[in-house]
Amino acid sequence: MSTSNIELPAWIEILLIPILNICMALFFAGLIIFAIGENPIDAVRIMLTGAFGYDEGVGYTLYYTTNFIFTGLAVAIAFHARLFNIGGEGQAYFAGLGIGLTFLLLDGMLPAILLIPIGILAAALFGALWALIPAWLQAYRGSHIVITTIMFNFIASSLMVYLLVNVLIKPGSMSPETREFSEQSWLPFMHDVLSNFGIEVTRTPLNMSFVLALVCCLVVWIYIWKTRWGYALRTAGQSEAAAVYAGIKPKRIIIITMCISGALAGLVAVNEIMGVHHRLILNFTAGYGFTGIAVALMGRNHPLGIIMASLLFGVLYQGGAELAFEMPKITREMVVAIQGLIILFSGALALMLRPAIVKIWLAIRPIPSTPDMGGQHG
Amino acid sequence: MKLTTRLIRNLLAGSAALALTTAANAADIEPAVVFDMGGKFDKSFNQGVYDGVEQFKKETGLSYREFEVTNEAQREQALRRMAQRGANPVLGIGFAQAPALEKVAKEFPDTNFAIIDMVVDLPNVRSIVFKEHEGSFLVGAMAALASESGKVGFVGGMDIPLIRRFACGYEQGAKHINADAEVIQNMTGTTPAAWNDPGRGGELTKSQFERGVDVVYAAAGGTGVGVYQAAKDAGKLAIGVDSNQNYIQPGTMLTSMLKRVDVAAYNVFMDAKNDSFTPGIQVLGLAEEGVGWSLDEHNESLVSDEMKAKVEELTSMIKSGEITVHDYMSDNDCKVAG
Repeated sequence: MSTSNIELPAWIEILLIPILNICMALFFAGLIIFAIGENPIDAVRIMLTGAFGYDEGVGYTLYYTTNFIFTGLAVAIAFHARLFNIGGEGQAYFAGLGIGLTFLLLDGMLPAILLIPIGILAAALFGALWALIPAWLQAYRGSHIVITTIMFNFIASSLMVYLLVNVLIKPGSMSPETREFSEQSWLPFMHDVLSNFGIEVTRTPLNMSFVLALVCCLVVWIYIWKTRWGYALRTAGQSEAAAVYAGIKPKRIIIITMCISGALAGLVAVNEIMGVHHRLILNFTAGYGFTGIAVALMGRNHPLGIIMASLLFGVLYQGGAELAFEMPKITREMVVAIQGLIILFSGALALMLRPAIVKIWLAIRPIPSTPDMGGQHG
Repeated sequence: MKLTTRLIRNLLAGSAALALTTAANAADIEPAVVFDMGGKFDKSFNQGVYDGVEQFKKETGLSYREFEVTNEAQREQALRRMAQRGANPVLGIGFAQAPALEKVAKEFPDTNFAIIDMVVDLPNVRSIVFKEHEGSFLVGAMAALASESGKVGFVGGMDIPLIRRFACGYEQGAKHINADAEVIQNMTGTTPAAWNDPGRGGELTKSQFERGVDVVYAAAGGTGVGVYQAAKDAGKLAIGVDSNQNYIQPGTMLTSMLKRVDVAAYNVFMDAKNDSFTPGIQVLGLAEEGVGWSLDEHNESLVSDEMKAKVEELTSMIKSGEITVHDYMSDNDCKVAG
């Protein structure tokens, strides 16, 4: 494991290695596609043109990307404090309830300029609340956060089924969903925004929460690396003993970090409920919370990496759907298998190629200057 | 499958002569179907549709486009893509597709759409809904007739109004036969995974058996397979749902509550091919043979002549309106007349 300490230039670490990983995953996916009698080159072409080839595809790709950025950031920020938040699914679900309750109460009374910020705040607040309980249990009772957050996913889904079937359901409706919220509460769709500037694109679910996601990336980056709170967070994550010695209170860090994490996950509900569905429905989270874990892993818990990883997953989702359209032999289970391979190679086996690349790099690198052992400065 | 074929033939018999003459000159159509989350091989609801459209393909040699959705946003995307590609008619499966189908059907007024399990009131949409409560009433009555303990069980998928409609009809049927019958109900889960969780279905069934249940009815998609297995293991009886599932555990399947989505899907495609597609609402109950119960070589030994006679009597009473089965969805409440 001696190679793990050697620092590689950033372009190898965050560009070359991920690309090589994806190529390996695609190679094995290609073998499977070949085995069922389809042309792997065609499959990759369909996936890529499906995701980027025309404006509708791009819209769907970025719409999925938005969800993955939110959940990826949620997992990443918790991870910097050594907390493994796998409750993004439940936090997003519960955040949807926050939006739903708020809008059912207020949507006829307020203008859009007030309703939209209130909706976003409600989502963040409810998401944070759903993360606060496991965080408190971890900090003050020592219950492991992995167990409690995953349990809270189930509690959230039970609660939502109960409320939507028995309480919030639109009277006389067959499907368990609330009434549609008034138009003032809708986040503008990207195709509507662009048409104000004279750019006509096909209608897709892509909406302004994509911009919100990018803003969140910037804010999270500033928070983790440019503020005292972020410094405290990283210190507590690296070594609790050192953090205590430095006067940092790890229990407080756990609570604050998990609340931020839950709030970020909760913003998935902004994209889904305020942006697309405009009413509270069951299962709108569709596994985005869990995929966020893979996104954070692949993105190395860095906002920039998370944007790239989210984009990749967006491509996989949208391109994968396109593949299922075009090649009837490729079922949705096949698409999941291909996605699984990519997660396997870029997540679980991410460092498999690293030792070999380090050796090659050591052999061909320019003469090194004095190695910088100082690391990050506070 | 044999039963399916026969029923389809029967249903078509009336229009067959007309159909055959027009079929020859009808333009080739390109139908499309969008399956819902359960997937086309759920051995139940979606698979019923799959059987119906496969039947169409076999008989006409016309292929169809298909898609299985995996998340909420894909429904609208899939329906729109089908319409954009010139598919006609486009068939959406399941109540959850209604909002998406309504949106897309408005965008493509010249394309015919159809939806099963929900009403979308547009001039180019055929909505097909079933009176599951009537079919469930019959199998509930059969369960009570077959039960020795007076306790019958129900295993649902998710606790949603549609499944409560099944449960409510079942309970009414059981109590019609035996006013003291106890109906023990369980739902499998709260996420869509509940439609495909045979392990949990089996566990719930076992616990119901321990509480004295000896006939159990599953309305839970792929989860049902676990329920039937548990019944087989315990030597008790199970009732299948949607498709004829008697073959899954021959000898311990009392019957299956049939919901003829296969016929409905087949008819959508066939009517479009014969240029006789009609929009509007079709409500298929016992009288329309849209729901029913199955009797085949796998369960004939379990259904006594007496039981058969009773069920047929109830069938005609429901058809004539002598018995009205309360529909849970009419007021989101289950009133069981004891």
